[in-house]
Amino acid sequence: MRAVTIRRPAAELYAFWRDVENLQRVIKDPVSIIALSADESHWKVTAPTGSVEWDSLIINDEPGALIAWRSREGADVRNAGSVRFVAAPGDEGTEVTVALEYDPLGGALGKLVAKLTGDDPGLQVYIALKRLKALLESGEIPTTEGQPVGEPQASAKGKK
Amino acid sequence: MKAAVWMGKKKMEVQTVADPSILNPRDCIVKVTATAICGSDVHLYNGLVPTLEKGDILGHEFMGEVVEVGSAVKTTRVGDRVVVPFTIACGACSHCVRTEWSCCDNTNPNAHVAEALIGYSPAGLFGFSHMSGGYAGGQAEYVRVPFADVGPIKIESDIPDEKVLFLSDVFPTGYMAAENCNIVPGRSVVAVWGCGPVGQFAIRSAFLLGAAKVIAIDSIPERRALAEKAGATAIPSGDDVMETLKAMTGGRGPDAAIDAVGMEAHGSTYDDVKQALKLETDRPFALRQAMRCVRKAGTLSVPGVYAGFLDNVPFGTVMNKGVTIRTGQTHVQRYLHPLLELVEKKKIDPACIITHRVPLSQAPEAYAMFADKTDGCIKVVLDPSR
Ligand SMILES: NC(=O)c1ccc[n+]([C@@H]2O[C@H](COP(=O)([O-])OP(=O)(O)OC[C@H]3O[C@@H](n4cnc5c(N)ncnc54)[C@H](O)[C@@H]3O)[C@@H](O)[C@H]2O)c1
Ligand SMILES: [Zn+2]
Ligand SMILES: [Zn+2]
Repeated sequence: MRAVTIRRPAAELYAFWRDVENLQRVIKDPVSIIALSADESHWKVTAPTGSVEWDSLIINDEPGALIAWRSREGADVRNAGSVRFVAAPGDEGTEVTVALEYDPLGGALGKLVAKLTGDDPGLQVYIALKRLKALLESGEIPTTEGQPVGEPQASAKGKK
Repeated sequence: MKAAVWMGKKKMEVQTVADPSILNPRDCIVKVTATAICGSDVHLYNGLVPTLEKGDILGHEFMGEVVEVGSAVKTTRVGDRVVVPFTIACGACSHCVRTEWSCCDNTNPNAHVAEALIGYSPAGLFGFSHMSGGYAGGQAEYVRVPFADVGPIKIESDIPDEKVLFLSDVFPTGYMAAENCNIVPGRSVVAVWGCGPVGQFAIRSAFLLGAAKVIAIDSIPERRALAEKAGATAIPSGDDVMETLKAMTGGRGPDAAIDAVGMEAHGSTYDDVKQALKLETDRPFALRQAMRCVRKAGTLSVPGVYAGFLDNVPFGTVMNKGVTIRTGQTHVQRYLHPLLELVEKKKIDPACIITHRVPLSQAPEAYAMFADKTDGCIKVVLDPSR
């Protein structure tokens, strides 16, 4: 489970998340999300070594409070998760809590997924939550990508 | 452009690097007209701050002229003359709204790295380590400044750079250190460990806030002399500081103690050896002494920077005396306007600490001089145009 508090109303955060294509802006890894219908979307996560895809279905939807989803049959990675929006005390904003579960896989696909998610898939979720918070509070996501840097880093970056 | 680049322990280089560009809609680009070397840069220079990498551009005290603004910048304009706080803050998160600027939630792209090391992530900082965001610093001809409408303060008058440059860090840092002391005007006695730039501003700020007496502690004679110029009584550092302070305060001890030394204190062979062997991240000799010397129910204010885990910290004395500790990277944005006003009203002349004016091209020599405190050096200002 991962959580952040965002100084925006729950309704606004819910609306941003419910329009699932918005999540492409906050998930750091290259991801394509296409809404297929009000409750279904197609997800594709890409890495230099390949990609994984699945269809996702919203299975529980409480406006302003909760969205829960699971992958459909045939997913490369079976997964299920939920996001809750709960008012924080005083003027702190809204507590956003995400739970995510996925099936560990064997074989080449398993290795690919591990590469995509790192050692700690929770960390990827958390980074996305932090980016969501920055975007909705301050209007942008902090970055230093593309700033000047001295040697030896400059050459190392150029070679990548 | 030219920039001062860290190349490993005690090794700086001036390199030609790419010019910065706007990366986010609320950024601006500043053409740097003056920049300084800070005691915090010395900790970086000496390789004591984790997650600094070879090739990083240093510098977090700088000012200049805005030459480009991002698409979402509203009030800052091209041509504005600005001083830039070293703490990068978004202005919109809970901490910023409460003016706890150095704790901004949204400006460290590597927040998860800082969290893994220290639990939560403070704000991004210019020219610090990667756990503080890895933002390229301002010891350069140009620098990219995020949140152009939040941090930079526009200087409207033609007051010289040198009088306002230190609003970026050391003046607010000394001021906040003094403000954290809960000074009762006409009564409080404040002891300040360290007469570097931060200590000098802490001393002057303590007087501005009404301290009855300020006692300044340092081993370097010219720094003690500058402290005395401000009205402080200066004493040499060493093991007998406690005794001297008691003698000077009728046995009460100072009401407040300021540690303006930080992680590279002199005076303890134990710490020198342990830090050299990497068995201890910091050398907290001054901090330990300040903890012991401060009066019962007194306040310990710590602007000095610490990086990690400290040995033999006498917490028992802090607890049993009922000492309040206040610390942190400075909430610079909070102090910009009030302190600019003090400068403009001539209540203080921040330029009084400057001893050296050096071209940016000589940054490596300037770092060595400031770090080793040779040639009477107290504060170096670098000129990026040379
Ligand atoms: N909190 C913040 O936001 C902030 C901002 C700027 C600087 N700092 C920190 O403040 C500290 C001081 O910065 P500075 O620019 O004045 O650096 P500096 O290195 O010029 O000054 C430190 C002074 O402490 C003296 N000193 C060393 N050991 C001592 C001891 N045992 N007793 C008394 N004095 C001793 C040194 O002789 C020196 O004059 C550094 O740790 C720096 O990183 C913190
Ligand atoms: Zn500094
Ligand atoms: Zn903020």
